Amino acid sequence: MTAYLIFFFTVVGIYAIAVIGLNLQWGFTGLFNAGVVGFLAIGGYTFAILTGPPRADFFGGFSMPFMVGIAGAIIASMFGALLLGLATLKLREDYLAITTFGIAITIQLAALNSDWLTGGNLGLHGIPRPLQDLFESNAAYGVFYLGLVAVTLGIVYWGVEAIVRSPWGRVLKAIREDEVAAQSLGKNVLRYRLEALMLGAGLMGLSGALYVGFIAYISPFDFMPIVTFQIWTMLILGGSGNNRGAILGALVVWAIWSGSGALVANMLPPVWQARGGALQSVLIGLLLVLTLLYRPRGLIGEETTISRHVTGTTGAGLTKKKETKA
Amino acid sequence: MLNARSLSRSFGRLKAVDDVSLSIAQGGITGLIGPNGAGKTTLFNLLAGSLQPDSGEILFQNRPIQQKTPDWRFRHGIARTFQIARPFPNMSVLENVLLAAPAQTGEAFWNGWFRQGRIGAEERRNQDRAHEILEFTTLGRLAHEPAASLSGGQRKLLELARILMTDPKLILLDEPAAGVNPALVETLCEKILALNARGITFLLIEHNMDLIMRLCRPIHVMAQGKMIFEGDGAAVRSDPRVIDAYLGDVM
Ligand SMILES: Nc1ncnc2c1ncn2[C@@H]1O[C@H](COP(=O)(O)OP(=O)(O)OP(=O)(O)O)[C@@H](O)[C@H]1O
Ligand SMILES: [Mg+2]
Repeated sequence: MTAYLIFFFTVVGIYAIAVIGLNLQWGFTGLFNAGVVGFLAIGGYTFAILTGPPRADFFGGFSMPFMVGIAGAIIASMFGALLLGLATLKLREDYLAITTFGIAITIQLAALNSDWLTGGNLGLHGIPRPLQDLFESNAAYGVFYLGLVAVTLGIVYWGVEAIVRSPWGRVLKAIREDEVAAQSLGKNVLRYRLEALMLGAGLMGLSGALYVGFIAYISPFDFMPIVTFQIWTMLILGGSGNNRGAILGALVVWAIWSGSGALVANMLPPVWQARGGALQSVLIGLLLVLTLLYRPRGLIGEETTISRHVTGTTGAGLTKKKETKA
Repeated sequence: MLNARSLSRSFGRLKAVDDVSLSIAQGGITGLIGPNGAGKTTLFNLLAGSLQPDSGEILFQNRPIQQKTPDWRFRHGIARTFQIARPFPNMSVLENVLLAAPAQTGEAFWNGWFRQGRIGAEERRNQDRAHEILEFTTLGRLAHEPAASLSGGQRKLLELARILMTDPKLILLDEPAAGVNPALVETLCEKILALNARGITFLLIEHNMDLIMRLCRPIHVMAQGKMIFEGDGAAVRSDPRVIDAYLGDVM
């Protein structure tokens, strides 16, 4: 049971980092990224190729240190976001949604079919886990990796809070609320959108890399569209525009997802098990719809005051008012 | 300080602004009047950059700016308000105003990691200024309320408060007094004069003729996309074309 809990929280932490990334894009800036999993995949594969063992007939397997793999994953995802942003952010809003959705699927298909780079549907195996030699048992290593993820999540949370609760975050929200007005007040809308898209994508890449480092293996089947859907549900349920909400959402949704998975595995007769997976997706969809209907601001809504430097706030403003109404 | 030459802009077959030239003198308060749909707001949008002209040229301090974005124009001293106010509804009134402060250190995200101290000091200074401006625009009491809770007239005042956070050279006001109560229009009038005395140039669209007559010289009159008249208050009042197109018999 302890081992399972350690596994559980590690996965939650890894998801939470991606959810915070999506929160930067959607929660603060209003960018509809429908291909979150694409950035996880870029990060995951970059990490696997950089740190994995060399293999005959394959490109990659450069056996580089863990930190190099992490940095490479972040940079590669941000670079992907830069290209995507330059191509779509000047166009109408829905183009970003369509393009990200399409690109995520393309990346997954490319990974499936590029044996020379990604190992195709067999994936890449034997990716070294950082400092594994120092630990005698798998259990001890699990605790270490959970610690690593927790510290990373802490740094990410602190780092993102520092910039969103500052004038930069205020501009993001203004752009989300009224792009025309923000521009009329001197803000270069494209620049901020690009920054939010890239920083968010960097976090998604980091999340993908941590995931691969954790399971020591990568395959295209880890990057199906359902993952995008899960991460969106985590953000909306937890509270879009609030980073604590993003983390809470990751915890709650992953608990429901794995709980229902366990139920399916234990309760349904074997012939039905395959369909049980679909049941999980339906459950997540239902959760999303119920949140949107009955608690559109999520478990923890966003606050009216953005900058941490603004003093003398009298109340929680909108959050409070809306809640008493609901 | 601002010269627009032969500006035109059509929407489909409708010529909303049709070969309009306008010259705004430094330090004055220029009025722009005309019937509904005359093209006044469209002209504003061309000057402020939120619309591109089909043809024509705009010179600001002798520099062509028609290619520049609205944000560039704002940073270089042309500030505008919207006829239909555009507050950021889920942000507090105070932060609506703080947003407009120029050249903020904290607008570069990396400074959020490395220069918190400086950002904090700047934010405190900007807050003091924002509170003053909110008092000035009679919104002081509402500083920490979400902008969504403001009334229509208060939203117009918030528009003005926001642009006062900078030191604009030219302010374009699109019906600032619409929906604002009479006592407040009086205050608004004083504020505009006070700001003008500090050297800010104004271009003012209003249907409130009393305000226009008191503040503006010269007054430009538009009708059906064309500039039909330019002159001071008395001349505007007595010109048959203006009476015909806009004023009717009321004056
Ligand atoms: N974005 C647009 N698309 C299509 N038509 C437009 C657009 N903006 C303005 N128009 C049209 O251009 C004409 C001029 O509109 P404009 O808003 O400039 O008038 P106005 O002089 O400001 O009037 P009012 O006093 O009522 O504010 C109107 O006929 C309007 O329908
Ligand atoms: Mg108008």
